[in-house]
Amino acid sequence: MSQKRNTYRAPDVKPPLTAGRVAVYVILVLWALISIFPVYWMLTFSLKNNAEIFGENVIGLPKYWVWENYTRALNTGNMPRYFMNSVIVAVATILITLAASVMATYAITRLQWKGAKSMNKFFMLGLTIPIHASIVPLYTTLARLKMLNSYFALIIPYSAFSLAMGILISIGFMGDIPYDLDEAAFLDGCGVWGTFGRVIAPLMMPAVATVGIYTFLQCWNELMFANTFISKDSLKTLPVGVQALSGQYTTDWGPIGAALSLATVPTLLVYVFLSKQIQDSFIAGAVKG
Amino acid sequence: MSKRPFSYKLNIFVFLLPALILFVGVLIAPIILSGYYSLTEWNGLKTPVFIGLENYRELFTSKSINIMRALKNAMLLALLSTFIQLPFALWLALKLSKKPRGERVFLSVYFMPVLISTVVIGQLWLKIYNPDYGVLNLLLRSLGLGNLAPVKGWLGDKKTALWAAFVPILWQYVGYHMLLMYAGIKGVPPELNEAAMLDGCTEGQVNRYIIIPYIRPILRVSVIFAVTGSLKSFDLIYVLTNGGPNHATEVPSTLMINLLFLRNRYGMGSAIAVMLIILCFVFAVLINAVFKEEKGR
Repeated sequence: MSQKRNTYRAPDVKPPLTAGRVAVYVILVLWALISIFPVYWMLTFSLKNNAEIFGENVIGLPKYWVWENYTRALNTGNMPRYFMNSVIVAVATILITLAASVMATYAITRLQWKGAKSMNKFFMLGLTIPIHASIVPLYTTLARLKMLNSYFALIIPYSAFSLAMGILISIGFMGDIPYDLDEAAFLDGCGVWGTFGRVIAPLMMPAVATVGIYTFLQCWNELMFANTFISKDSLKTLPVGVQALSGQYTTDWGPIGAALSLATVPTLLVYVFLSKQIQDSFIAGAVKG
Repeated sequence: MSKRPFSYKLNIFVFLLPALILFVGVLIAPIILSGYYSLTEWNGLKTPVFIGLENYRELFTSKSINIMRALKNAMLLALLSTFIQLPFALWLALKLSKKPRGERVFLSVYFMPVLISTVVIGQLWLKIYNPDYGVLNLLLRSLGLGNLAPVKGWLGDKKTALWAAFVPILWQYVGYHMLLMYAGIKGVPPELNEAAMLDGCTEGQVNRYIIIPYIRPILRVSVIFAVTGSLKSFDLIYVLTNGGPNHATEVPSTLMINLLFLRNRYGMGSAIAVMLIILCFVFAVLINAVFKEEKGR
């Protein structure tokens, strides 16, 4: 990203503090509070007892920290299981998406053949195809193959739907790798595979991060496929599991809050450390599309 | 280049193979199958019976399915998204790009809701809207406006449910559009802004005549995402109301899922899916055309 070079420079002298500027700042702060409030509220009520949640102390910090909510969320539902399932599905999806899209990108941009451009256009169709398009055929085919209620039922569709974005992002990154490297490798006796495996793939690490983050967020939060293809409790991913759990605890908000927090905190932690990369991965996908 | 050895072509094919298998197997073939299923009467068990366009005729005339209400709801969401959410996101992006104190923090906080699972967001808003203990009614009561709140709850009352369900959807993605626009604004060459400033343009004029025309391609992407996203919207509606109360918040996707998996009408469900694909495509083309035409002026 050439962000640094192109940064928009505001005039060096700050304009004077006017009522208008203060008003703008107040709106910025207000929207920040509105953006963060649900998460703040979730984290606090996940540590409160019902008396506090339902009247005594609705939006303050908890007076008594009820960690028991978390043990209850972990024990009654299948939270650890859902969590593991989400991790397994996400990791496998990321690996497949990465391998398939980096390989396809190599074939499209580095190897020379007539159909490369149209092949790229063909893959880019995937950016506009809604998942609705394949839900019925996937469901019936998976049912026929007795593959509903398996990790594959989610991993394969998630990978396929992440592919277009993976290729789009990879093409941008691979374009930055100088062609001289391919030629040098070729002169040194590397074949197509050697060049790909020893030269190109290792240089694609930045793309790996961007594609990985993007794919992770897509499948970590996906609901429609997960809800349709998985009915067995032991195979549910977090969104479906949390949804089921919330139905069980309608009057006891503490444990629900704890379950919601358990599903959310990992993403938030990653975001705290990688906010720039995460934002860039979303920008890379949309801006180049 | 014409005398490539066979093995070279084979290599190209092998490199493309994993992507092609996934892409054709999960996207292309199913779309074609969906198209076929939409022309059949099928309960998922017996063999599909070809009935031509009968599903589409029933879809657009049946009072019990009432696709028009679902489409109207989705279009309303698209309009709200385009004319309220996007302008607000653009306003935020413009203000943030002027480097107020805490620029990065604002940016990260605004974007955060995009990353949270829609199920979690839905569950939280269900609680915010809770008639007895929700924060919204608590706030209203403390302002002395408690009688504004519908007795059945914001999501339970037919008159308010749709708007109440749309608020979290619009809220969640403001940050997404803001981020795209912000990135676009950062890409405006600083010379352009400085030249305009030197010529005595006000901030508003710079925004209007320099920045907004410059980020037009991103605005186009945002509008396309907002409109097609609204047509496809499912997750939050499913968690918040699942189309209720009494179908007041039904959108095409909730209708589709209910027809498919509650009533086993695979043909009809496929017809809705096909309709959605076509609508998304048509709107994307239309929006592109609108943006092109304006540029030509």
